[in-house]
Amino acid sequence: MSKLGNLGARLHRGEVGYDFVKNRKIWYGLSILITITAIVGLAVRGLNMGIEFQGGAVFNTPKNTAASVTQAEEYAEEASGHDAIVQKLGDGSLRIQVAGIDTGAANEIKNTLADDLKIDPEQINAELVGPSWGEQIANKAWQGLGIFLVLVVIYLAIAFEWRMAVAAFVALIHDITITVGIYALVGFEVTPGTVIGLLTILGYSLYDTVVVFDSLKEQTKDLTKQTRWTYSDVANRSINSTLVRSINTTVVALLPVAGLLFIGGGVLGAGMLNDISLSLFVGLAAGAYSSIFIATPLVADLKEREPQMKALRKRVLAKRAQSAAKGETDVHEDESYAGEPEDDAAPAVVGPRNQPASRTRGRGRPSGKRR
Amino acid sequence: MATPKKGRSASAQSKPGRSLALILIAIAALTGGMFASGHTTPRLGIDLAGGTSITLRAVPEAGNESAINKTNMDTAVSIMERRVNGLGVSESEVQTQGRENIIVNIPKGTNSEQARKQVGTTAKLYFRPVLATEVSGGGTAPSPSPTGSPSGQPSGKASDKPEATDKGSGSPSASPTTQGRAVTDALKADATPSASASDPAKSSPSPSASGGSDAAAGKLQEQYAKLDCTDEKTRSTVGDTAKASDPTLACGQNAQGQWQKYILGPAEVDGTDVDKAQAVLNTQTGAGWTVTMDFTDGGAKKFADITGKLAQNQSPQNQFAIVLDGDVVSDPYVRQALTGGNAEISGNFNQQSAQELANMLTYGALPLTFKVDSMTTVTAALGGDQLQAGLIAGAIGLALVVIYLLAYYRGLSFIAILSLLVSAALTYTIMSLLGPTIGFALNLPAVCGAIVAIGITADSFIVYFERVRDEIREGRSLRPAVERAWPRARRTILVSDFVSFLAAAVLFIVTVGKVQGFAFTLGLTTLLDVVVVFLFTKPLLTLMARRPFFANGHKWSGLDPKSLGAQPPLRRTRRPAAPVDPKEA
Repeated sequence: MSKLGNLGARLHRGEVGYDFVKNRKIWYGLSILITITAIVGLAVRGLNMGIEFQGGAVFNTPKNTAASVTQAEEYAEEASGHDAIVQKLGDGSLRIQVAGIDTGAANEIKNTLADDLKIDPEQINAELVGPSWGEQIANKAWQGLGIFLVLVVIYLAIAFEWRMAVAAFVALIHDITITVGIYALVGFEVTPGTVIGLLTILGYSLYDTVVVFDSLKEQTKDLTKQTRWTYSDVANRSINSTLVRSINTTVVALLPVAGLLFIGGGVLGAGMLNDISLSLFVGLAAGAYSSIFIATPLVADLKEREPQMKALRKRVLAKRAQSAAKGETDVHEDESYAGEPEDDAAPAVVGPRNQPASRTRGRGRPSGKRR
Repeated sequence: MATPKKGRSASAQSKPGRSLALILIAIAALTGGMFASGHTTPRLGIDLAGGTSITLRAVPEAGNESAINKTNMDTAVSIMERRVNGLGVSESEVQTQGRENIIVNIPKGTNSEQARKQVGTTAKLYFRPVLATEVSGGGTAPSPSPTGSPSGQPSGKASDKPEATDKGSGSPSASPTTQGRAVTDALKADATPSASASDPAKSSPSPSASGGSDAAAGKLQEQYAKLDCTDEKTRSTVGDTAKASDPTLACGQNAQGQWQKYILGPAEVDGTDVDKAQAVLNTQTGAGWTVTMDFTDGGAKKFADITGKLAQNQSPQNQFAIVLDGDVVSDPYVRQALTGGNAEISGNFNQQSAQELANMLTYGALPLTFKVDSMTTVTAALGGDQLQAGLIAGAIGLALVVIYLLAYYRGLSFIAILSLLVSAALTYTIMSLLGPTIGFALNLPAVCGAIVAIGITADSFIVYFERVRDEIREGRSLRPAVERAWPRARRTILVSDFVSFLAAAVLFIVTVGKVQGFAFTLGLTTLLDVVVVFLFTKPLLTLMARRPFFANGHKWSGLDPKSLGAQPPLRRTRRPAAPVDPKEA
């Protein structure tokens, strides 16, 4: 722990830290690149919709078919090239469902299947099946999603501010696009499970962004009352101070999903788990990444355009130029080592502390009492 | 310092023991309830546990064969989907197969007979005025003619003949009482001959009417005389071919289980006029379980018109019959025009049948009639080995989480792991209990969603722990740090959980089917997250902060100020600062 703990402490004091905001262009670039890849992948390969969405063919074998479910699944997937759902019915017959098949192809597959299962093709009853996830369900889902997004943007605009709402929205689109794109590239079939996975990510992405924004909001509260830090500086400090939390949360959320994806899907060969856990894995990773590398720098970008913040930046730069010689480093060290000197030494400085102090600290009691 | 100060406000934080006791009692109660109900595992979806598959075949209507087309089949699928999946959590699947079949898959543990009824019932609902009625056939009761004496069967009919009243006006009806009954029957008996006078337009086919000019009515009259409702075959066919705009014959069962036959006028209001229906236990009139309907605006007007007209008639022509798929479910009489825009169906309902009917009326009638072709069990859509592989993988993943937490948070991780366990126990018991109560079924995506929920739950206390550690780094001792970190961590947790909950609420209200099921799971886990953090993690940390192991920052406690990098000078000056504690939020 000590190493990580120390890192946490040093991040807290601002001794170490990565300048997320300054280097944002790199990360924007990276994200744009990945997003474009995802969109191209989506456009070129398209999504491979499962039987639940587009329907397909169902083959009913005669009673007491000898073949096992697993065998039949293999045969059906070989014969059709699509994922197959095989269920054993009460009378011992098999119901084999295959996506994306029309009548012509169904006959061919029927014959191949009959060969493989050693049954007379006449005994296999082939029919087309409609989607169980019909248009109505899909439409309602879109409608629900639309209403939710509108409400959440309004909520974020009220609870935080519209710039953060915009940034959270961009991050959300970013996460979903990447996940869907990678899904298209890998070529897994889209099942209701995938959709549920995407919705889970949607929730998680927003959740994670909000946690990061909450800290940002807290730290930038009385920003204009001081002249040492610009909005970007404080935003950066805010990311760094919640970095430990972000890493821990991401690890804890990703580990079980990684277990499902790599051990369950990869080693143990549970194919059906793959489609859900892949979308979850990619989405969770993208969600954690975008909160830090995209959403917060974006807020900083937007904020810096505000006249107030422009003025602040001017003041800060002027002050820095003034105290150029002693300047930054000294001030910085003062900050870090004296613990909380700002109460008496530098009352104006609020921003960059992890605990922005001014709000609750020292309220209703003389500052000296704490020492 | 080790004892709580009395001066503290009586907030939840000041009495950590109470919150802990509360949540432990909740867990014990839920676990007890789970074992008492006999459902110790959550109901699993078709993909995990298999279930029953019902194949329905559309029955072609004479002269209207083209009705079996894609549009109508799709409509039927979406209506059936909503009927079997009313709350969206039962994970049933409905899809078309071939040109005229619909397959309905319901997960194991669902009452398949009930599901068969739900999907197989067409639910064509009509309100038709009663022109004549009598107990039909059989030796169970005398079958008086419409003009029969009042003594015919005083108790026979009346109890399933409640008065139709406006829910709004709530005039207490005397119908189930003895007097009420006697009056009804007496009225009915002697009133019939004069009925034609009061409403000639509608009573033409009635026995007393002079409608001889109408050949069809005469024929109906003849059929009515012959109709024997005790014969099941007759019952299932009678009135099936009737058009809404024609008078028809129908059968219905009264409260005594006797079959009664009817001549009914043209439908005045039908199922499409019903906006919403729900099952209600009517304690006011003692009618037992009833189904109340709210009409659409148009429906309400039509209903007010017909009841206004009927109220002027004499019995039985002041009755209207609520006809569902050709059967009379209920035949209340009317005393005044009902303008409240709602109506109540009472009859032989128990809670389940009332809810089923309400469900069907709300989601509308099927555009086609279906017959159940076959009903058979199906195995899980995901092989059993896959589920096992998934469980093993999930367990490995969770073990990794525990190892990570241990390595990073050391002593503190026990609070984290305990919180996760509490959260898991609550989720598991609640899901198990929701199986039998609202038909909640867990499918694979939901299991994965629950795994992601672990991350979100863990995040809540990671946020809190990091806040506490930050406070310690600022030089505070543990107890003030724990209290001081809480308000901020709490805000972060609430703000971010609100977003998740908003998503769950909106999706649950707007969507149908699997998405609705997902929204339910998300909402449940989000709420539990808040409950666990507020009632378990925080109080437990407060209690633990009093233990020397944590308070003195033992090396393995995860709160060692030295390894957290707190500033030594501040540590030294900290002791006298202890009294600050009570003033903290």
